[in-house]
Amino acid sequence: MSGKDVLIQVRDLEKHFDGGSIRALNGVSADIRRGEVVVVIGPSGSGKSTFLRCLNLLERPTGGAVVFDGVDITDPKVNIDLHRQKMGMVFQHFNLFPHMTILKNMTLAPMKLLKKSREEAEEKALTLLDRVGLRDRADAYPSQLSGGQKQRIAIVRALCMEPEVMLFDEPTSALDPEMVGEVLEVMKDLAHEGMTMVVVTHEMGFAREVGTRVIFMDGGIILEEDRPQELFAHPRSERLKTFLAKVL
Amino acid sequence: MGWTAWCEQLLIQAQGGSALGPWAELNKDFYQAFVQEGRWKMYLEGVGNTLKVAVLALILGVVLGLLVAMVRTFHDQRREERPGFLLGILNGICKVYTTVIRGTPMMVQLLIMAFVGFKSSRNLVGVAALAFGINSGAYVAEIIRGGLMSVDAGQMEAGRSLGLNYIQTMRHIIIPQAVKNILPALGNELITLLKETSIVTVIGLRDLTKAAQLVTSKTYGGFMALFGVALVYLAMVMVLSWLMGRLERRLRSSER
Repeated sequence: MSGKDVLIQVRDLEKHFDGGSIRALNGVSADIRRGEVVVVIGPSGSGKSTFLRCLNLLERPTGGAVVFDGVDITDPKVNIDLHRQKMGMVFQHFNLFPHMTILKNMTLAPMKLLKKSREEAEEKALTLLDRVGLRDRADAYPSQLSGGQKQRIAIVRALCMEPEVMLFDEPTSALDPEMVGEVLEVMKDLAHEGMTMVVVTHEMGFAREVGTRVIFMDGGIILEEDRPQELFAHPRSERLKTFLAKVL
Repeated sequence: MGWTAWCEQLLIQAQGGSALGPWAELNKDFYQAFVQEGRWKMYLEGVGNTLKVAVLALILGVVLGLLVAMVRTFHDQRREERPGFLLGILNGICKVYTTVIRGTPMMVQLLIMAFVGFKSSRNLVGVAALAFGINSGAYVAEIIRGGLMSVDAGQMEAGRSLGLNYIQTMRHIIIPQAVKNILPALGNELITLLKETSIVTVIGLRDLTKAAQLVTSKTYGGFMALFGVALVYLAMVMVLSWLMGRLERRLRSSER
């Protein structure tokens, strides 16, 4: 990984709902470089999830730009579907497809979009399932899995598309406490392999241990950003101090 | 002496004023309602017309409903992504259609269709099928739309986040899940449609109900004819719900 190679460049991002009465994002700029693990923290309503969802345009920003791999994907003429293939996303509520087996969950997109043969797609899926220790559940349906298992599947489902960046939207918030660890383990492994990651989370331990940079958001703007050791040890703004006092 | 001759004799006896036993009375009524003067042919013709209207209306209703549901859902879900002028107009038309059709009585719609829209048409089956199809389409549209909307929004997001486009996500992820919600309600709508066709009598189409009315007015007794017709409707509805049940079970077993 080269340190300077910017993968996602966010410029003055704005997201207003209901004709401007609700301002979720008020001018957010950030560079996400290849190999970085950027952890976004902040109180609820701070705009951190909106920020993440704007990165792959699940939420269409009302102002500003998102430049991914050199292309401004907020341009309406850009085919966003092509770029989303390169941006994996993991949701708070897993969003596995309940009518498909785990294997089908994982092979659907690669077969439809990367034009992989069934064998190729399944081989890749099974290798990934092996890595998260769930190969034996390949033919199970999502409803037969625990929350932690579902989230691990959701992660490898996104990985099947061989993305360049992984976006995590509070991946452990809907989990029972005893299942948080297994999901964070998978994410740590991924980070160690050099995957570029943007993670919205309340897991300060993860931020401290795995994050290369932490962004603190409040009121729809970035208030502070720094390496985790710095940010947690020397918070500058009052709001970050109050926030950390509550969560640590 | 054969049953027919016996019944003829009973008829003459009854007209002569002599009292019949309950069993003889029953036979006489049955004979009068279904056999005499080949009346069963009227019921047969009636069932034929009822089924023709119902099946044609069903096809039209489902096609119309699908189209309207697609426009409405597409519009609501894609508004933010790509606000299209044409889509907005189509959506407006669909909204007016469902509002007007669901807000006025079926009987009035049928009368308008027959005596205003196609007042010179002799193809009563066609006119009735059109009226019922247009009516049913509005309900089917709302059923399908409701089914699509009932699928968790996260499913669409998950599909799109993988890079699948809107149509692919709909086809592989949303619709298979929605179908299970749609089918029971759709079955109900089809049953209602089949039974509702009985009001085509007001435009003079000789359907199953009309056959019973004609026989009743001739024999001065409606017991046999009306109950007989009710039984035929019941049988048709039972066949229909059995078919829907089978379809639902098949989908459940293949998709869980």
